[in-house]
Amino acid sequence: MTNRRTFLKDAAVGLGAIAVPLGSADASTWESFFQRHFREMDEAEKKRVVERLEKEFAEKYKKDIKIGIEKAIPGVLFGYGLDLSRCIGCRRCVYACVEENNQSKDPQVQWISVLRFKKGEKWVDLEGSEKYYNPAQVPEADYFYMPVQCQQCENPPCVRACPTQATWKEPDGIVVVDYNWCIGCRYCMAACPYGARRFNWGEPNRKPEETNPKTHYLGNRPRFRGVVEKCTFCIQRVRNGRYPACVEVCPVGARKFGNLLDPESEIRYLIEHKRVFRLKEDLNTNPKFYYFFAYGR
Amino acid sequence: MPSFIKNFFVALRQIFIGTRSYYLWVGFLLLLIFTGAGTYFSQQATRGLIITAMRDQVSWGFYISNFTFLVGVAAAAVLLVVPAYVYNFKPIKEIVLFGELMAITAICMCLMFVTIDMGHPERAWHILPFIGMMNFPSSLLAWDVVVLNGYLAINAFVAFYVLYKLSTGKEYSMSLILPLIILSIPWAVSIHTVTAFLYNGLAARPFWNASILAPRFLASAFCSGPALMIVLFQIIRKVSDAEIDDRAIFKIAELIAYAMGINLFLLGAEMFKEFYSGTAHTAPIEYLYFGLHGKSALVPWMWFATVLNISAFFLFLLPKTRQNFTTLNMACVFVITGIYIEKGMGLVVPGFVPDTLGEIYEYTPTNQEILIAIGVWATGALIYTLLLKFALPIYTGKLRFASEA
Repeated sequence: MTNRRTFLKDAAVGLGAIAVPLGSADASTWESFFQRHFREMDEAEKKRVVERLEKEFAEKYKKDIKIGIEKAIPGVLFGYGLDLSRCIGCRRCVYACVEENNQSKDPQVQWISVLRFKKGEKWVDLEGSEKYYNPAQVPEADYFYMPVQCQQCENPPCVRACPTQATWKEPDGIVVVDYNWCIGCRYCMAACPYGARRFNWGEPNRKPEETNPKTHYLGNRPRFRGVVEKCTFCIQRVRNGRYPACVEVCPVGARKFGNLLDPESEIRYLIEHKRVFRLKEDLNTNPKFYYFFAYGR
Repeated sequence: MPSFIKNFFVALRQIFIGTRSYYLWVGFLLLLIFTGAGTYFSQQATRGLIITAMRDQVSWGFYISNFTFLVGVAAAAVLLVVPAYVYNFKPIKEIVLFGELMAITAICMCLMFVTIDMGHPERAWHILPFIGMMNFPSSLLAWDVVVLNGYLAINAFVAFYVLYKLSTGKEYSMSLILPLIILSIPWAVSIHTVTAFLYNGLAARPFWNASILAPRFLASAFCSGPALMIVLFQIIRKVSDAEIDDRAIFKIAELIAYAMGINLFLLGAEMFKEFYSGTAHTAPIEYLYFGLHGKSALVPWMWFATVLNISAFFLFLLPKTRQNFTTLNMACVFVITGIYIEKGMGLVVPGFVPDTLGEIYEYTPTNQEILIAIGVWATGALIYTLLLKFALPIYTGKLRFASEA
């Protein structure tokens, strides 16, 4: 049990502490309290909010952080391909993602989980998979690997679950979260069949020099304690014509990305020419994340 | 109207006047409340939910477990209302008020448990229609907000209207109250059904994604809620002049026997389906009753609950044991404990174990979580105590006001 003396001390400090923010609440606190849902704001309001947030982040991270609000590009629906025959389980994607997307380092938050499966056993038996494998070297002869991240479902159960519409699917198919609207009930996490959503259980922490200053409002801008976050296909990159960080970093080219509506795109090529599958197809979530085998081994 | 307000404050004064044991009891509850609130404000509100044992794998825990159990308690007030008004069973009709006050209390506790589970409780207004962006009808959580608050409103209105009429010595108007009481019956069913659907609708969690879930919720609620009422009735008639007929208590005990019979049958049906078909989706229930890959934190609790529920079933079923207050109270404690385990942690945690990617994270609440939850329970106990203290003098006729002209 908690030590009674320290406990009573904590209680006194805590009760005193709640009085302070009420007394010293400045305009910014109230503005942030009354801030509206991102999709309810007009352009002028978005600009004001972004300016205020940039100021707050500059104070916290001692660094200029730009928050973009680029809209979805018409005629684009993003899709992802992952070649299981190539993946060597090195987790470079995991760490590149953390660098790019400003996840908290302490406590540690990661958007990609790489699962390890024993070869020759049950096919993609999630219960038999290992997330915390730690060999001296990858790949290991007896295992294959499967990275899992947000599958950007066309029929996303998380969006249906959210009681405040704080998470939604953008026209380019990316499922996003408004971190200023999320109430932190975590119903979306219960609803997600892919374990893709992360909650900021504590205050997110990152060193200023490690913080990526190029952000998007619906993506990698710094998050708050008590809100949910997830992979956005690097919305801040892909809406500006770049590849997601995980695609760029993959040393074996296992990760493919492109516009599903463009018949000439690489993602369309592989869907049409490789044998692809999607995770938990029986749930009808219709992911835009395709696993495939480019070659067998 | 001014006299009505004045009378309200006269009645309210009752809550400050009491015996030594009353003050001790209230003082004891306040101590627990301050402990819980202190832990909440000094730790959870400043450091975040990281002080709990919940993590991304098991993202709901002790708080939501208590919430789920208490929705059942609130819903069960209807078990008193049905025989009282529909079948006009007099002994129960006279005590329905205490059930309604319990429903009010339980809903308040539910709302508190949900609030302390939120990462941003100050943004709760986002869930409201018009002011916020309520995701209705899509999100079952939005439905739950509607039905729980509606149920709170109905019960609060009926209880306080009846008290008001009683206090002026007048008969209450049945034509006003009866439609609301009739409405409260399906509404009580709805609060527990919607709460069941909240879990039930998630295809990602095979343990919850079973159509038997809502019926099981209702059956178990009609065990635990009334059992709690039986215990409270005995306390109420001991510490006040309120007369509560033994026949009412035995009738409720009989109804619990039927509810428990159905509850055990539904559990058996669930067990059969899970273990006979033995698909990969059996993992959570296997974890719950037998443990999985050496992880078995909930196993002893579940078997303990099962033994309690089965013993209680027989104690309630046999007229001899349900009409003997020693065995009756034993059975009540068994049922409350058994259902608290089964419809609390035993329901919420296995939804997350193993998680959707097959990981097994064993969840055991932290001390802080438990202290905060005790604080909420104590607040509930205090609310019910004060409501009774307010209502009892009016109910027993000790407090009467001259009726308004």
